[in-house]
Amino acid sequence: MRYIEPHAHMVSRTTDDYEKLALTGCEAVCEPAFWAGFDRSSAEGFHDYFRQLTEYEPRRAAKFGIKHFSWLCINPKEADDPGFAREVMSLFPEFLKSPTVLGIGEIGLNKNTRNEIMIFEEHVQIALDHDLPILIHTPHLEDKLKGTRLTLEALANFSKLDRGKVIIDHVEEHTVSQVLDAGYWAGMTLYPHSKCSLDRAIDILEIHGPERLWMNSACDWGISDPLAIPKCALQMKARSHDRAAIERVIYQNPQTFLSQSPRFVL
Amino acid sequence: MPSKSDLLDLQFIDARHKFIDLAAFLDRIDRHPGDSDFRIEAMKNALSILLSDRPDRARAVLEALSDQTMEPIPQATIQGAFGAPIPAAR
Repeated sequence: MRYIEPHAHMVSRTTDDYEKLALTGCEAVCEPAFWAGFDRSSAEGFHDYFRQLTEYEPRRAAKFGIKHFSWLCINPKEADDPGFAREVMSLFPEFLKSPTVLGIGEIGLNKNTRNEIMIFEEHVQIALDHDLPILIHTPHLEDKLKGTRLTLEALANFSKLDRGKVIIDHVEEHTVSQVLDAGYWAGMTLYPHSKCSLDRAIDILEIHGPERLWMNSACDWGISDPLAIPKCALQMKARSHDRAAIERVIYQNPQTFLSQSPRFVL
Repeated sequence: MPSKSDLLDLQFIDARHKFIDLAAFLDRIDRHPGDSDFRIEAMKNALSILLSDRPDRARAVLEALSDQTMEPIPQATIQGAFGAPIPAAR
């Protein structure tokens, strides 16, 4: 079965993981810019990171027949210092020209601070100025509900925003309705210990339907599983979802959303 | 759509395992020295949700373990999260 991994942090994974993704039917990996497990000490650190995302990872993925795409931003964990964040954002024009950059992401909030909101809004404006899709991170654990509400409140101030070009990721049972009801896409992250388990993601699919929903592993430097999508597909099969329903959520939906960038070509 | 019986056949043992693991976790916390804290209190408060008949227990548990305030905070003091709101944030 073919699938698209729409959210993975491959800079933190070994080349073995690309092989496993390829063996399980993965055709494309999309990598939002994010925290690398530690704070970078300079904008130059981000310059190197953006080069890794736009030059090195596409080549590493290509060895296994996988297309690699990326998203640009300064992530919310490192965006609480506006001066530093803007220094990193000044690097965007150089990298937005890359043929594999799809949009702005994963932006959003982490601890729900005023500065995080300000830098989030500046990222949204950059995406609007360049007519780019947006991928939004929502905070972890006890901060997710508040962070999702604040994110939706901030987005509502952008009257020209096409909500169909925005995906709000890491939704769970307490945030998915707010996101979908407001007209945005929603991402379910299959991540051990936090976020959604395989069965909870399938529950959300059964309750809300497959419209504007995708699933991803968000595999990164933490305990996470790059094969979470095919494992969830297997569990969907065990729960009597047919092949077409599975293909829709693991391939067609991400393809539909991501194809809003003309650079997303498989 | 699978029946209740189908799902029980598929998942009851796993759910039983997680259920006992939670009970053992609470026993373990009680058995060890130290004060209780907001996380265990939040979990104990949310346990009653499991006994209710509402159709959205997972959502209710997540809400019970969430910061319900709406005001942005002035500055982040940590980067991570605890899993339950610190009492001042409730």
